[in-house]
Amino acid sequence: MNVEALLLSLRLSVLVSGLLLVLAVPLAYTLAFFRWPGKFLVESVVSLPLVLPPTVLGFYALLAMGPRGALGRMWQSVFGHPLSFTFAGLVIASLVYSLPFAVQPLVTSFESLDRRLLDASAVLGAGRARTFFRVILPLAWPGVLTSLVLSFAHTLGEFGVVLMVGGNLPGSTRTVSIDIYDRVQAIDYASANQTSLFLLLVCFLVLSIVYGVNRRDWSPWPAK
Amino acid sequence: MSRAMLSVQIRKRFAANSAAPFVLDVQASFAPGFTVLFGPSGAGKSTLLDCIAGLQRPDAGEIRLEQDVLFDAARRIDLSPQRRDLAYVFQSLALFPHLSVGENIRFGLAELAVAEQRRRTEQIAVAFHIAKLLPRRPGELSGGEKQRVALARALVTRPRILLLDEPLTGLDAGLRRSILEDLRAWNDANSIPILYVTHNREEVDAIGEQVLTLAGGRVQESGAPRAVLDAPRSVELAQAAGFENVLRGKVIEQRLTDGVMRVALEDAACEIEIPLGSAEPGREVCVAIRGGDILLATEFPHFLSARNILPGTIESLATHGALVQVRVKAGATFLVHITPGAARSLGLAPGQLVWLVVKTHSCHLVR
Repeated sequence: MNVEALLLSLRLSVLVSGLLLVLAVPLAYTLAFFRWPGKFLVESVVSLPLVLPPTVLGFYALLAMGPRGALGRMWQSVFGHPLSFTFAGLVIASLVYSLPFAVQPLVTSFESLDRRLLDASAVLGAGRARTFFRVILPLAWPGVLTSLVLSFAHTLGEFGVVLMVGGNLPGSTRTVSIDIYDRVQAIDYASANQTSLFLLLVCFLVLSIVYGVNRRDWSPWPAK
Repeated sequence: MSRAMLSVQIRKRFAANSAAPFVLDVQASFAPGFTVLFGPSGAGKSTLLDCIAGLQRPDAGEIRLEQDVLFDAARRIDLSPQRRDLAYVFQSLALFPHLSVGENIRFGLAELAVAEQRRRTEQIAVAFHIAKLLPRRPGELSGGEKQRVALARALVTRPRILLLDEPLTGLDAGLRRSILEDLRAWNDANSIPILYVTHNREEVDAIGEQVLTLAGGRVQESGAPRAVLDAPRSVELAQAAGFENVLRGKVIEQRLTDGVMRVALEDAACEIEIPLGSAEPGREVCVAIRGGDILLATEFPHFLSARNILPGTIESLATHGALVQVRVKAGATFLVHITPGAARSLGLAPGQLVWLVVKTHSCHLVR
């Protein structure tokens, strides 16, 4: 098992799911609670990575991050080195790629909240922020957990996008799925199997947590 | 305590199902004390409360509490729900399921010092007999306890207006009465306008101060419950007010000297005498009669003052708790309510011939 690749993948997944939570919560909040013109366009863009082949996404990410792309030029001028084929580039591409997995569980759990609870909060004098932190977030926590876990797992398993924008540089862009691919290419099935089995178990564990929590049998408060 | 009057004059149009857009168009004032908002479901009662609370915005009009403007479309004033200083108990109660009873009650007191929050919470918990429940979660409470908690959470904020949307539905009469007593005791000390939505006739009688009837988004009538609900002026209200018999008919003649008129019911299947109303002969009308205002006789009754004695056949008998509902075909079909004892001693059975006896003044003309 390639520990270096595994650690890299974990680092990438933790970073991406953490950043996505920060991005996705306000995005999901506006999608769930407000109506505005053009909202459907934002919804489509957010969901696009669900249906787009990862290579297509990766291809455009590569162009954007390249020395002639807008993002790449900006990065170069700020940080003094190119963005493509770096860990940072991988993080940015993964954010886009896993965005729907972070946003959709949040939107679903926000939308399923009883609106009368929010009305009650407002009538009792609580402003938007207090309502969010005291009512919405505690009640939508299974959605938050699902969002976090799904974006973590999805980033851990990505392949096409990494291959397109990251290449295959040990220690900075060779993630675990790329490593498995390499091992198979080298007919080192035993090693590929070790890593694959490990990933399989991790994903199974993660999904079990998500479904177990959402069933809410062991929810800390009784059902309404 | 202030004795501020709430005045509401609003209009809001809902075009969602554009076939028949619903228009809420209400002008009313509410004095301190209870005003029951009564009407069939879909009459706009909850929408009216939402508009007063600031949860929905009317298209036009204004809402004032004495001099304080809560909403004024013309002057573009629309205070947020947070700034209206009112309390609202929803039909679903909307207790926060993840917070304890104590935390629920304290939720609206966030701006006060912690000691003051605790003092007020304990005070209201004692007044509403829920002091022992403070550490529990709403999911662990019975229906009546939840309703008490919801009232306590609303009133602890010392609101200037109290909106109650069917807060006591699903409770038995005894429990309802005891909660109403606590509420009334609270209001004796505070005296604010309380708008109480219900479509339960018993609750109206239990509160019994002022009734405002709504139907189709408009105020129909207001006044004392007896005056308003015992002579409903629309078919929807008659049904909501517990008139089991709302029958179509056509005025045949007006006898001005006797103060009565004769009406043919259900395509001239039978004729009855009702009090004189402003409907000329030939006019289509509806007549409302309570099931409990009709007498049943198994022989033709003589020497009675009642003017309506109709022969008919029993179609069915159904027992609902302490009353038996008898369905009688006497030209038109009438629902008659009698006690189980009366049904037994008369030996009533389907197919039996009976006479229906209805006093003229038990028949109400409905527009």
